[in-house]
Amino acid sequence: MTVRVQAGDFDIGAEIAALTRGNAKAGAVASFVGLVRDTNEGAGVAEMSLEHYPGMTEKSLEAIVGEARGRWDIMDALVIHRIGPLRPGDTIVLVAVVGAHRGEAFAACEFIMDYLKTRAPFWKKEKTPEGERWVDARESDDEAAERWKN
Amino acid sequence: MSVRILYFASLREALGQASENIALPAQVANVGQLQAHLAARGETWEALSKTKNLRVAVNQQMAAMDAPLKDGDEVAFFPPVTGG
Repeated sequence: MTVRVQAGDFDIGAEIAALTRGNAKAGAVASFVGLVRDTNEGAGVAEMSLEHYPGMTEKSLEAIVGEARGRWDIMDALVIHRIGPLRPGDTIVLVAVVGAHRGEAFAACEFIMDYLKTRAPFWKKEKTPEGERWVDARESDDEAAERWKN
Repeated sequence: MSVRILYFASLREALGQASENIALPAQVANVGQLQAHLAARGETWEALSKTKNLRVAVNQQMAAMDAPLKDGDEVAFFPPVTGG
């Protein structure tokens, strides 16, 4: 299980390949890649910056991955989240989960993303033609996380 | 009893500072009381009572407003998170 918070970009293919290297019992890798969009809430986004809470960020991501491990029979998981300035098209986040079969891998990957969106201390600030603005949290993200409680 | 307080994102900008160490008055024993104590400084500090869905972490774990405080705690106030 690996959690990384970094400013630099990462190679999605290399990260996923490394996750299953030497593991012949792995039958499935489910992954999610989050990207910076060039529009949000009706305004153009030229640049975005991501602030976080060093220390708590890593702990919260590790706790989320740990919870996923407790719920599903998964072999490995990787979370990489970028911080600092980012541009449209840049990768923000990668979540990849390895399992014997797809069911557990899909579910755990989605769970990790839903909990990351609502629990990990990151904040986005966008640069739009009207100036800089902090991105508001979405109720739909809370609802997505809430459904895993059942 | 003293605690270290951190502020993040829009709250940090509204307050004009990222952190401070304060000695707690005797009547401040939990997170909610600390929030009220800080907001009572007035002016920009009212952001602590006006931020919608303000979140709090104590020692880097999400905490409720009635979470008790002890000497040396790290308390962070921030708006709802927007990562991913």
